[in-house]
Amino acid sequence: MIPINDFLVLGAILFSLGIYGVLARRSAVLILMSVELMLQAVSINFIAFAVYLSPAQFSGLIFAVFVITIAAAEVGLALAIILRIYRNRATANVDEVDVLKW
Amino acid sequence: MTYEELIFFVVAAVTVAGALGVVLARNVVHSALFLILALLAVAGVFILLSAEFLAIVQVLIYGGAVTMLILFAMMLTRVDDTPQAMDGPQRPFAALAAGAFLGISILAIVSTDWPGETERITVVPFEDFGRALFRTWAVPFEIASLVLLVALIGAIIIARGEEGE
Repeated sequence: MIPINDFLVLGAILFSLGIYGVLARRSAVLILMSVELMLQAVSINFIAFAVYLSPAQFSGLIFAVFVITIAAAEVGLALAIILRIYRNRATANVDEVDVLKW
Repeated sequence: MTYEELIFFVVAAVTVAGALGVVLARNVVHSALFLILALLAVAGVFILLSAEFLAIVQVLIYGGAVTMLILFAMMLTRVDDTPQAMDGPQRPFAALAAGAFLGISILAIVSTDWPGETERITVVPFEDFGRALFRTWAVPFEIASLVLLVALIGAIIIARGEEGE
């Protein structure tokens, strides 16, 4: 069988790739995609902990359901905001949207 | 190496390759297609963790809805994909931060003594999962549906535009 550490290391790799994407990318859509990667990493960790360490309570499985739900809501709202910013300022790059930075 | 481990390493390699494609691709649409690959591979990881229901939900919600939404947003915002427009000058710092996080978390994972079974998956019966979701977790479940409703209305109102202003 696969030891739990393999899944946790996979989660860590996915999460750090997400961190890299969020910090390095400039387009808001690409940053959102990197955030999705980080949420996936979190889901993997939740499910791994649930089925290995506490299969009697399996709260991790339930949490993964909520992570997916919140992620769907987040994507919908974030893309609406990005569309609105693009319509008002003709750019979707986060470092050009700096009206609050006076 | 058992065949199960072999399958895990193949699926994990596809996941990481897809994720690398998402953060490194020079073309935004390629990035989105790599995201679909990574998300489907994560569904495979869920199956290896014996969470079949979540794998199906993953394919439906992420593989279908979320990536479609992202592709539509790309069409509507016309992301500029010259190399300068894709990545900022902060790339080395970003790589450093991600590498430091990866190093520290792998160190923490291997040095932690997990309580309980760490070598074998205990399959959670699907009936128990559904019963817990709708009994023990009924209130959070209802709140989640409220969150979805609010997000839906909010997204429509924000994206709809000027009309009332």
